[in-house]
Amino acid sequence: MQEILTQVQTWRAQGEDVALATVTWTAGSTPRAIGAKMAVTARGEFVGSVSGGCVEGAVIDQARAVLQSGSPKLVSYGISDDMAWDVGLACGGSIQVFIEKI
Amino acid sequence: MSDWFDESASLFTAEKLFALATVVRGAQPGAKLIIRPDGAFTGNLDDAALRARIIADALRLMAQETSETIAYDLDHVFIETFVPPPRLIIIGGVHTAIPLAQFARELDFRVTLVDGRGRFATRERFPDVDELIVEWPDDVIPRLRLDQSTYVVILTHDPKFDLPTLKALSTTQPRYIGAMGSRETRRQHMAELRAQGVSDEFLKTVYGPVGLDLGGRSPAEMALAIMAQIIAVRYNRPGGHLMHAAKE
Repeated sequence: MQEILTQVQTWRAQGEDVALATVTWTAGSTPRAIGAKMAVTARGEFVGSVSGGCVEGAVIDQARAVLQSGSPKLVSYGISDDMAWDVGLACGGSIQVFIEKI
Repeated sequence: MSDWFDESASLFTAEKLFALATVVRGAQPGAKLIIRPDGAFTGNLDDAALRARIIADALRLMAQETSETIAYDLDHVFIETFVPPPRLIIIGGVHTAIPLAQFARELDFRVTLVDGRGRFATRERFPDVDELIVEWPDDVIPRLRLDQSTYVVILTHDPKFDLPTLKALSTTQPRYIGAMGSRETRRQHMAELRAQGVSDEFLKTVYGPVGLDLGGRSPAEMALAIMAQIIAVRYNRPGGHLMHAAKE
């Protein structure tokens, strides 16, 4: 957590826009617990993680969209019956990630 | 816009217990409340009735040291608790204490080393500990704040230090007390302390021989077994192989 905080403070001091992504809900087996965080800049730089690496790419894209729109977003990743998810978690669990501009 | 971030960051850096509530779905997505253990709050959540319900749940979650998304009718609120780092008090600056202090630091524990013997408790031997106290442990213990996020390991392995230390600890309530020593050492210590009036109830809570059963005998291996036990106690888990573990 301290590592992410320090990096965010550095980015903000440099005038960069930063989005924060937080795991707010999990079901089944997931690599990171509730509260796991990742911070993303408009340029796509990031620190921290919300999974074992399987959804970080998608979260970075979502975070950049949130920085553009300014509106927060709740996104879900995981296995579903209707296979609606294009980005999945290999572990079989599901997570929700809240992404907001800070 | 980001007042909540700066306020959370400074509470986190000051190692305070607090909860950060975020509306993730509902009328005001992204609205925030920061709640302190005494119920004081700041934030931009407008709905006063919802606020009262969130604060009640945040106080409960802080006591349990857990985070959760809770549904309040149409509003879903993520309540995240930030718990100050746990503390490890190591009694005895022996060889095993050196890797134990390093492991504990890596695991974000605040580490205090106590040993009355100045040759053991040196900055050269323990460059990274947060606090180095060169005093007799039974004098120091009454001054330490031993709460439910404090873990104590006694490594002195000498009755003239171990017994007064355990006696001083018997009136405190840390989360964990471990004491280095064989089953036979433990038996002798327990008998002696019982004779000195220390309660069985307390003695039964002392982990000794200390550590999980990992089999290693080197100082670093013993330190790992002790640290692994502390983590298992922290999360109320038995500490075996995950492949044999019961589901939570």
